Amino acid sequence: MLGVVLNVVGLVPASAEEKLRLTGSGASFPFPLYSAWFKNFSREHKNANIDYQAKGSGAGVLDFINHTVDFAASDAAMKPEEIAKVQGGAVLLPMTAGEIVIAYNLPGNPKELKLPRDVYPDIFLGKITKWNDARIQNANPGLKLPDMPVTVVRRADSSGTTFVLTSHLSAISPNWKNGPGAGTTVNWPSSDKFVAAPKNDGVTATIKQTPGAIGYIEYAYAMGAKVAMADLQNKAGQFVRPSAESGAAALASAQLPENLIAWVLDPEGEQSYPIATFTWMLFYQQNAAPEKAKILREMVEYGLTEGQKLSVKMGYIPLPENVVSAVRAAAKKIQ
Amino acid sequence: MNVFEEAATGEEISGPPSQADYLLDRSFRGLATVCAWFIIIVVGLLLWEIGAKAVPAIGEYHLGFLTGTTWDVNKHTFGILPEIWGTLYSSILALAIGGFFGVSMAIFLTQDFLPARIALVFRTIVDLLAAIPSVVYGFWGIFVVVPFIRPIADWLNAELGWLPFFGTTLSGPGMLPAALVLAIMILPTIAAVSQDALRQVPYRIKEAAFGLGATRWEAILKVMLPTASTGIFGALVLGFGRALGETMALAMLVGNSNQLSLSLFSPGNTLAALLALNFPEAGEREVPVLMYAALVLLLITLAVNMIGTAIMTLTSTQMRAGK
Repeated sequence: MLGVVLNVVGLVPASAEEKLRLTGSGASFPFPLYSAWFKNFSREHKNANIDYQAKGSGAGVLDFINHTVDFAASDAAMKPEEIAKVQGGAVLLPMTAGEIVIAYNLPGNPKELKLPRDVYPDIFLGKITKWNDARIQNANPGLKLPDMPVTVVRRADSSGTTFVLTSHLSAISPNWKNGPGAGTTVNWPSSDKFVAAPKNDGVTATIKQTPGAIGYIEYAYAMGAKVAMADLQNKAGQFVRPSAESGAAALASAQLPENLIAWVLDPEGEQSYPIATFTWMLFYQQNAAPEKAKILREMVEYGLTEGQKLSVKMGYIPLPENVVSAVRAAAKKIQ
Repeated sequence: MNVFEEAATGEEISGPPSQADYLLDRSFRGLATVCAWFIIIVVGLLLWEIGAKAVPAIGEYHLGFLTGTTWDVNKHTFGILPEIWGTLYSSILALAIGGFFGVSMAIFLTQDFLPARIALVFRTIVDLLAAIPSVVYGFWGIFVVVPFIRPIADWLNAELGWLPFFGTTLSGPGMLPAALVLAIMILPTIAAVSQDALRQVPYRIKEAAFGLGATRWEAILKVMLPTASTGIFGALVLGFGRALGETMALAMLVGNSNQLSLSLFSPGNTLAALLALNFPEAGEREVPVLMYAALVLLLITLAVNMIGTAIMTLTSTQMRAGK
């Protein structure tokens, strides 16, 4: 019901004298960054006002297909059959990128827990149930791990974060691929040691309050909340800490195709952090008014230049140079 | 004779209603009728809308939906037995705790245990509990209740783990923290309505009980409470209804895990939490299924209220008949 009301508000046409109002909706993961961009952009461009609602990637794609917004954003990009449904054609542009970290809570707050790539899928599959399991202990000879049950904290709501994590787990673990699989929500193992909490803040709070907890959250969020993050073993066999540099190294290995939809499910490279992803903005190729298209192109340009400087500060990964130029070229299609 | 003439000539105090009076009366009655029907129409529309959207899911999953225990969007397998169980279990636990404290509090505040001024302060504070947003309760539960009950839960599990109620260790979120917070959330409703019920019992009845030689507690437990029982029962039904529908605090505290367990420390799930967390990103396939779950929740709530009303009517007629 609320959605309907909001959509009606979004459809009110802006008169020529007044500010041009642009509305967007979608992914909540890049929301802090996007809202900072739009605030700064609206300050510099007096004739435009951009509103963005963080409803979630799935809702953003639906709004985009139904033409109730001027643009949308999605962590899961769009499926080919969804793109085919868009009247006026779609342009998908990767605008920023992020990492998913595995956060944990252990007594004594040990730092730099190392998780090998055959171990963390088994934790999320519920096969490793104790912290002092030999497979975790062997990878961390310097740490004295407690005899404590592993409590897995996952997202309760459907989310792009879950999608990225489960896609990565499917890529590195056949058991995961044939079990829960990849998706914005999956069927997690049934155990009383698996609990779910809503949104990033719910997961973070639950991890912080539960000794022996492990869970996945976005890097930007984990940085702000100061939780302990595990070093993950990448494809090259190295243990890598999550950081802007290791995320950028992961993205540098991405090969962007024509439609700019690429996944870095299991990045190559010694310094690459294994779980990283782009996140996309969705635009129409043919917009209702040329002024709107112009503002949208300017907004993309702002995001590619000034916007990338903001992203590091806020815990996102700046786009590699080749991606920036590819996005700039593709943005010309917004007419 | 003279008196009547005077009355007839002076300013009329009483007389037949004027046209305006008729108009006012009729339009007010009309308005009241429209409002009354409006409520019924809204409930009907609600059922109709949700029911119509749930039809595809009802056709596909039938009653197996109510007994299935898996919720897997990717494989299109849906079942809500753990959610139905969790909704009822958490609400019943909350009602047991919240009902006990709510009614005790109502007795404490109405039966002359406190000076009237101090009772007013207490009452205001209890009412304030109702004004706290659900999310705040949720965070309070995570940061205060869970750490507080963890040592108790660990001890109970270690010593009395053979009882199914203490069969698992507490992970953090779970049934017990959810039920405790829920109990506090329904406390103001139960306390306020029970107080009204107790205050409506004429004071003379209590004096009569004292006059017959009853002690204070005999008067309260054997005279006041039974006399006010209809109202108190109504308070419990209201509180139970509120507990069934509570969403955000439970979504944060119950653990949202499809577990069917008697254990108080096991995580669980509730229908309202399932709906709230899955709707925002639900796809075309999932929306009818969620509507089906919403319909089930609506029917459970309606059933609880109807059974409550039926029991209330039954007991009040019995009391009036003097049984």
